[in-house]
Amino acid sequence: MAFSDFLMQNLQEFWHLTGFYNATFKHLVMLVVGLFFIWLAIKKNFEPMLLVPIGFGILIGNVPFNTTAGLEIGIYEEGSVLNILYNGVSAGWYPPLIFLGIGAMTDFSALIANPKLMLIGAAAQFGIFGAYMVALLLGFAPDQAGAIAIIGGADGPTAIFLSSKLAPNLMGAIAVSAYSYMALVPVIQPPLMRLFTTKKERLIKMKPARAVSQNEKIIFPIVGMILTCFVVPSGLPLLGMLFFGNLLRECGVTNRLAKTASNALTDIVTILLGMTVGASTQASEFLTWETIRIFLLGFMAFVIASASGVIFVKLFNLVLPQSKKINPLIGNAGVSAVPMSARISNNLGLEYDPSNYLLMHAMGPNVAGVIGSAVAAGVLLGFLA
Amino acid sequence: MKKRILTLLLVALTCAGAVMAQGRRGLRINEVMIQNDSTSVVDDFGRYNAWVELFNSTFGPLEISSVFLTNDRNNNTLYPVPLGDVNTEIPARQHVLFWADGEPNKGTFHMNFTFTPGQDNYIAIYDANGLSLIDEIVVPGDLKPGQSYARKVDGEGGVGEADAWEVRDGSDAKYITPSSNNIIKSTNSKVDMFAEEDPRGGGMAVMAMCIVFTALLVLAICFYIINKIGASISRSRKIKALAENDEVEEHHKEQDSGEVIAAIAAALAEHLDAHDRENTVLTINKVRRAYSPWSSKIYGLRELPNRR
Repeated sequence: MAFSDFLMQNLQEFWHLTGFYNATFKHLVMLVVGLFFIWLAIKKNFEPMLLVPIGFGILIGNVPFNTTAGLEIGIYEEGSVLNILYNGVSAGWYPPLIFLGIGAMTDFSALIANPKLMLIGAAAQFGIFGAYMVALLLGFAPDQAGAIAIIGGADGPTAIFLSSKLAPNLMGAIAVSAYSYMALVPVIQPPLMRLFTTKKERLIKMKPARAVSQNEKIIFPIVGMILTCFVVPSGLPLLGMLFFGNLLRECGVTNRLAKTASNALTDIVTILLGMTVGASTQASEFLTWETIRIFLLGFMAFVIASASGVIFVKLFNLVLPQSKKINPLIGNAGVSAVPMSARISNNLGLEYDPSNYLLMHAMGPNVAGVIGSAVAAGVLLGFLA
Repeated sequence: MKKRILTLLLVALTCAGAVMAQGRRGLRINEVMIQNDSTSVVDDFGRYNAWVELFNSTFGPLEISSVFLTNDRNNNTLYPVPLGDVNTEIPARQHVLFWADGEPNKGTFHMNFTFTPGQDNYIAIYDANGLSLIDEIVVPGDLKPGQSYARKVDGEGGVGEADAWEVRDGSDAKYITPSSNNIIKSTNSKVDMFAEEDPRGGGMAVMAMCIVFTALLVLAICFYIINKIGASISRSRKIKALAENDEVEEHHKEQDSGEVIAAIAAALAEHLDAHDRENTVLTINKVRRAYSPWSSKIYGLRELPNRR
């Protein structure tokens, strides 16, 4: 073989390995989607902590390469670095670690002081099961419908955990959809809240919550874990870690652990989770008609969840005495986008009455929503896994 | 010291519990063939021998070396499963086949006993101590050649519970499955049931919402009660503290009049040369926060989008 032929042959082989040679239209579309997420996060400040890792993960996962060359670089190739990192998603152990962090950074005082607010968190879960019914109508199998419907819980880790168990092939689309809608909570919820409430209802002032003793704060995660997990043992990974994290925070003798769980550990897992979820959206798997339907169903689930929380408060007010009426603007906070949806309640409340601060009242249903969505995920897992 | 001993005891108890939980209780005799009549499976020497299928009913791998298999009620330790064979680890929910050919020198899975066709055959598994029974079954003597005696559902049913077993003749309905599941599932039965019985999802919605409401309602009621108990305890403490304060005040009122206190204070000031000038030293301590705004969910993960 002539030396020039040798050079040409090797250069040609190398060219066949490059992204330029292997790129398809789908890859380019996904790269644009990844860039759009990064733009949303940096320029619009939409959930930057999540959308930057997911957006960059989409770029990583959609760099075209020769999949038949056995390079062990793709996220779905056994033994590749990305595949090892992806194990936390596919085996479902990243979400419970995130829940540990959420527990360690959440103050449940508002809920403990006013336990009836827990019911709002339960009512908002109707979004999940409403979307389940619509998904069945659209022809999804019950297990796939359950995995898609959990988007209505507005809880990314729960959505990833459940879809990894019920419909692993849809997990990328479900996770991206869940996080996208969580980022869009300020856009989706306010019009619904205005639609379902009257001006008089928006002006309802709630009594400030009483101070909660440390003993109550310590009892809450212990009793909460035991009661909820006795009802739904399949929610144990999420609920167990959530309440464990909260006990670390509240017991007062494990500050170091609580600090690590709520800061360093959560940050590490958020980086890995976001990046690998993004990378799992490989064009060949992601750009399908099913993904579009999942996004539509996710939107519907969010709308139903937010609306059912607000409507439930209005119904609840019918049986409550005048002095204990609840402002229906905190109903949207029953979805577990913590504390975003509670802040939406607060902002909207201030818009109508600058002295009506609803944040702490809304935090009650908001954290109840976290528990409620984990319970709902446990129910779906118990019924369909 | 006492605290340390108590902690060690607790840790030891927890570890003992964990060890018990990881025991080989999940090992089950799953299917047995007493007379292999050439319609079933052959061993690695090409012979049709009687076989016993063991099933790991747990959801984790199970190492079975050093457990005992026996067909003699008076000898629990008849055949010890040899050590040092990697194949003695049964993966979760998987099976392993032992040959009852009486030739243990042919390999790990060849036992040193055989079965007697035409009469009831007893089979048992004992743990490594030779005392703890893991599972046992009596295979009925009327089993014909080529028939197996199998659990209706893999691993289900108690120890020696004959109701959980059935005779299988190799027909389409009663298939024989050495080294495989006794019930072959091609789909998820739960999902199929929901697809068939609840095609619109209304049943799931009602059931699931009831469960979610129940879980949170129970929690709410529980904390309502805890609230009430807490409030009554703090109220009684407050009353007690107020009563004590009143008593102290009464006591002081009786003994110390304002004039007496003023006289004592004046005497002390005179004696100590005390004055009310302050030392004018101001100390500013750094306030340590338990969170980092960079990663706090409150300030970070769910920020409101800003229009720029």
